[in-house]
Amino acid sequence: MEKIVIVGAGQAGLSLAAKLRKLGYGGDLTLIGAESHPPYERPPLSKAFLLGKVEQDRMQLRPPSFYAEQDITLLTGKTVTRIARDDKTVHLKDMSLSYDALALTTGSRPRRLPTELGGALRGVHVLRGIDDARALARACRPGRRALIVGGGYIGLEAAAVLRGLGIEVCLIEASPRILSRVAAPETSDAIRALHRTKGVLIKEAVGLKHLVGQDHVEEARLSDGTNIPVDVVLVGIGALPRDELARDCGLATEDGILVDARGRTSDPAIYAAGDCARFSFAGHSTRLESVQNAIDQAETVAETMMGQSPIYAPVPWFWSDQFDLKLQIAGLSRGYDTVVAREGHRPGAKSFWYFAKDKLIAVDSLNDPASFMLARRLLARACPVSMEDIRDGAKDLKSLMNVS
Amino acid sequence: MPMITYIEASGKTHEIDVPVGHTVMEGGRNAGVEGIVAECGGSCSCSTCHVYVAPEWVAQLPSRDEMEEDMLDFAIEVDAERSRLSCQLRVTEAFDGLVVTVPSEQA
Ligand SMILES: Cc1cc2nc3c(=O)[nH]c(=O)nc-3n(C[C@H](O)[C@H](O)[C@H](O)COP(=O)(O)OP(=O)(O)OC[C@H]3O[C@@H](n4cnc5c(N)ncnc54)[C@H](O)[C@@H]3O)c2cc1C
Ligand code: FES
Repeated sequence: MEKIVIVGAGQAGLSLAAKLRKLGYGGDLTLIGAESHPPYERPPLSKAFLLGKVEQDRMQLRPPSFYAEQDITLLTGKTVTRIARDDKTVHLKDMSLSYDALALTTGSRPRRLPTELGGALRGVHVLRGIDDARALARACRPGRRALIVGGGYIGLEAAAVLRGLGIEVCLIEASPRILSRVAAPETSDAIRALHRTKGVLIKEAVGLKHLVGQDHVEEARLSDGTNIPVDVVLVGIGALPRDELARDCGLATEDGILVDARGRTSDPAIYAAGDCARFSFAGHSTRLESVQNAIDQAETVAETMMGQSPIYAPVPWFWSDQFDLKLQIAGLSRGYDTVVAREGHRPGAKSFWYFAKDKLIAVDSLNDPASFMLARRLLARACPVSMEDIRDGAKDLKSLMNVS
Repeated sequence: MPMITYIEASGKTHEIDVPVGHTVMEGGRNAGVEGIVAECGGSCSCSTCHVYVAPEWVAQLPSRDEMEEDMLDFAIEVDAERSRLSCQLRVTEAFDGLVVTVPSEQA
């Protein structure tokens, strides 16, 4: 293999390029990114960066010298518009590049509010990239009133930051509770309580009817009949995979680019990883949006490209920082039937253990990193864990790791 | 700028000037020190920035907070005295001359 092209210079694209060099790939390596910034970390965008606590250059995944040292051609501010599979070429506005192997690490894009609902008004934001975070931060001067639409991680993290900036924050969630897609009611309850203590107004089972304003948003009409004045709106209603390039060239897609356990798409010369990829996890078609998945799936692709036969079977993990809470999640709770709570060994630390048919599948840890790390180990080794073990507050869970 | 010595598991050594205010993790990651993986970017959530500080430095560094303590509890090949999460070590002038060693496995 002489020429590898990676489309999408984010967490997955960078991880793939770095891993290829580490595995000894010596051919041409081009990493193409639509954003004008070299690959950077997104998590701080809704945390320290939004709060103004970390500068942009500290979020770079690698220093600028890395790309030359590793002989990686990094093209920023360039968008791939088309893939021609028959002559193995990717097309950009003013150039084209041929490939022997192509990887799509195009990430996801935030779902926007439809224009009919006021989505095109000024003052309405989404949060995906540095430029979005900058625009939102600029709009969030003390004394302003913000509406956050959507009680997922990004919305809740942003709510915490904006509150910290001295802004009045109302967060609405259309489903009956915040985090309903990703966590059990126990976790939602803890997080709701935290936000309320800090003065965030959380309204659940309340949707947005529409936003009102001349040119700039002025008011939000909510489904519970209230109208609230707003200066800033953040729409955090989920993300959609950027699978359009793949779809347009006829690769198999289904709300994401379909890949197998080696990261291969339906074309043997094309691979995909990260937010844009859909794969089979624990027997279900799955798309994950996390740093863990972006790194590990990309590294799987690198190994496959180098002729190895990896199987991508991760223990997913994720974290979220809100006020002084660090929520850390090991595993994937989808399909759970029982949740067992456990107090941590420090004051205020607790964890929720998710079981499906008596099998441990995930753990949410709240200011309880010991449980998070233990859970990652237990899940990775598929150690048997019973609900009784968890309920028994006196039991030393470390002992569970030694049982084989 | 304080100079920090990073020793990879292979023995390869890097002497790096790390700006005050950056973390020991950032200094190593940005210089490409093998084994400072830092998957979570310094959020104290991955433990892939684990290092051993040289014995004579253990007492001179700010002590671990509870988060770091608990994360390290389950990291791989932990040394009760010398293990640190390098993303939690914020560099000051006093770090000049610090020596850290990277474990052979990170997870
Ligand atoms: C605000 C925010 C907070 C988050 N917090 C956390 C967290 O705390 N923990 C966690 O685990 N995860 C978090 N995530 C998720 C995590 O950042 C993503 O899962 C991860 O970045 C996915 O990496 P990726 O490489 O697949 O996609 P991205 O990082 O999005 O990179 C894809 C890149 O491809 C580019 N691209 C797309 N199409 C083209 C094209 N046609 N041509 C050229 N370039 C193209 C895009 O511009 C983008 O730069 C957060 C995400 C956001 C937005
Ligand atoms: S970088 Fe993840 S814990 Fe230090």
